[in-house]
Amino acid sequence: MRPILMKGHERPLTFLKYNREGDLLFSCAKDHNPTVWFADNGDRLGVYRGHNGAVWCCDVSRDSRRLITGSADQTVKLWDVQSGTQLYSFNFDSPARAVEFSVGDKLAVITTDPFMGQTSTIQVKRISRDPNEQVGDSILTIKGPQGRINRAVWGPLNKTIISAGEDAVIRLWDSETGQLLKESDKETGHQKTVASLVKSSDGSHILTGSLDKSAKLWDSRTLTLIKTYVTERPVNACDISPLLDHVVIGGGQDASAVTRTDHRAGKFEAKFFHKILEEEIGGVKGHFGPINALAFNPDGRSFSSGGEDGYIRLHHFDSDYFTIKM
Amino acid sequence: MAVDLGRAPASKLRWGELDEDDAEEMDFFLPPRIVIGPDENGLKKVIEYKFNDDGKKVKVTTTIQIRKLARARLSKRALERRTWAKFGDAVHEDASSRLTMVSTEEILLERPRAPGSKAEEPKSAGDPLAAMVKSGASLMVCRTCGKKGDHWTAKCPYKDLAQPIDSTIDKPPTAETSTGAAGKTTYVPPGMRAGAADKGGSEMRRRNDENSVRVTNLSEDTREPDLHELFRTFGPVSRVYVAVDQKTGVSRGFGFVNFVHREDAEKAINKLNGYGYDNLILRVEWATPRPN
Repeated sequence: MRPILMKGHERPLTFLKYNREGDLLFSCAKDHNPTVWFADNGDRLGVYRGHNGAVWCCDVSRDSRRLITGSADQTVKLWDVQSGTQLYSFNFDSPARAVEFSVGDKLAVITTDPFMGQTSTIQVKRISRDPNEQVGDSILTIKGPQGRINRAVWGPLNKTIISAGEDAVIRLWDSETGQLLKESDKETGHQKTVASLVKSSDGSHILTGSLDKSAKLWDSRTLTLIKTYVTERPVNACDISPLLDHVVIGGGQDASAVTRTDHRAGKFEAKFFHKILEEEIGGVKGHFGPINALAFNPDGRSFSSGGEDGYIRLHHFDSDYFTIKM
Repeated sequence: MAVDLGRAPASKLRWGELDEDDAEEMDFFLPPRIVIGPDENGLKKVIEYKFNDDGKKVKVTTTIQIRKLARARLSKRALERRTWAKFGDAVHEDASSRLTMVSTEEILLERPRAPGSKAEEPKSAGDPLAAMVKSGASLMVCRTCGKKGDHWTAKCPYKDLAQPIDSTIDKPPTAETSTGAAGKTTYVPPGMRAGAADKGGSEMRRRNDENSVRVTNLSEDTREPDLHELFRTFGPVSRVYVAVDQKTGVSRGFGFVNFVHREDAEKAINKLNGYGYDNLILRVEWATPRPN
């Protein structure tokens, strides 16, 4: 396959997100400007201007009309996807890290970093249909875990919130009361910072990637560990194929150490693993730095990766990918 | 009057050869370009007029079949989004702004081993080293990173980093002692020393770099994925390379394939030497080691 290279960001990529129909690809980077691309040919559709810091995460509503972005400038902004106008800005007193719309797009979960003596929080905001009625109040604030919370996502039926971060523990919270329901097992769980957490397309499983050089598949209701994919690189990003029993894992050595070594030793490929057999299927090379973001197209026929090198690489799979046998 | 259907007739008049001055003044007399269709069958007709070499007026009818790509199964909403106006920084960009490019490099999903083969099963048949490993694991020493009992040199995770190993390093040490015992001070080349013929040669070959096969007489269209496809049937392939002319980007007609196992390379040579591939007869042989 010949990947499409998109060089719209001047700084490292942080997050990639497809809309539900898989025709738009949203990218976040440390250069303050979330960007939307056409996911088939990689043409740039637009840039959302307004943030004043690195953008860590984004999510798009089911109808592809609203975009929510979380940034290190201590704001979370709501955007109109089509025009790029800013609809609302939630202000916090510490950098925002993860954002996600709930099923139905009526709520959004936002995490904030520990900052200037404040602990990290998970907050739930109500999202109004009409942006003029939008208010900034949190309907739920969860405090507790030490260290940064790198990802928080909604569990099945919005009943729970699943979070993971620097303390390597995956937690299941009640999304109404804020009660801690479950924690992942310390023995079998991750040993280092969890850098990414994604849901399977039906929401029944979650995949976490950690700097302890492994990715793990969990049941999203019970938090039981199902599979472990061991690799030889710190995992920054991972995703589950919606079409085949594959997972893709990306990462590489820490960005601060990259300049000291050869790029071949940095292990900057995206690695494909068989979801059930936990065996490696193959690797896709290309980036000149660690992979920070990975996303499968919802149709499972293409995937994109964003790297520390500032490039997004959009790969449409060759036909032989779909017939790979283990 | 030449009326042509199908593809545009390759008239001898090329735009580059046209004398600009007289083309301009003549164009004035030509009827305008007419576009008909596309009709329900996707046929579009374009009628143009131009002057041929002899200065005669020629009517050129080009019929084009327009097909919609079947794969583009976009939803109504997605189709609507395709027509959205660009915004932000994207407004000012035109086709020349090279933000989005298609990679010039063909990227493969690199399999860690040949499909169908079992994971990490050393080929033990007729391999004395592998048999010895089974009895005592200490024999497994990686030449690249020096780690014992963990992996072979070929499987070393730091393989890419290693300098090309100087062949003098792994001279059989027994040879040294034997010559020393004989009391001779003259230099004996490694190949002549005791035990070199049966051991040194085969062991050198075992090194991964040595299982390299040169493929010549490739057609210009053959690319690395094609070669990989052709050779992977014989066993795990660690590297495929097709020489490409730097300037023109055209294949130079030869390439190299590295196998993980020497036996597979041998099989490939036996099978594919003289094999007809893309109208040409392949020549497959051991790559001569580079002198360095």
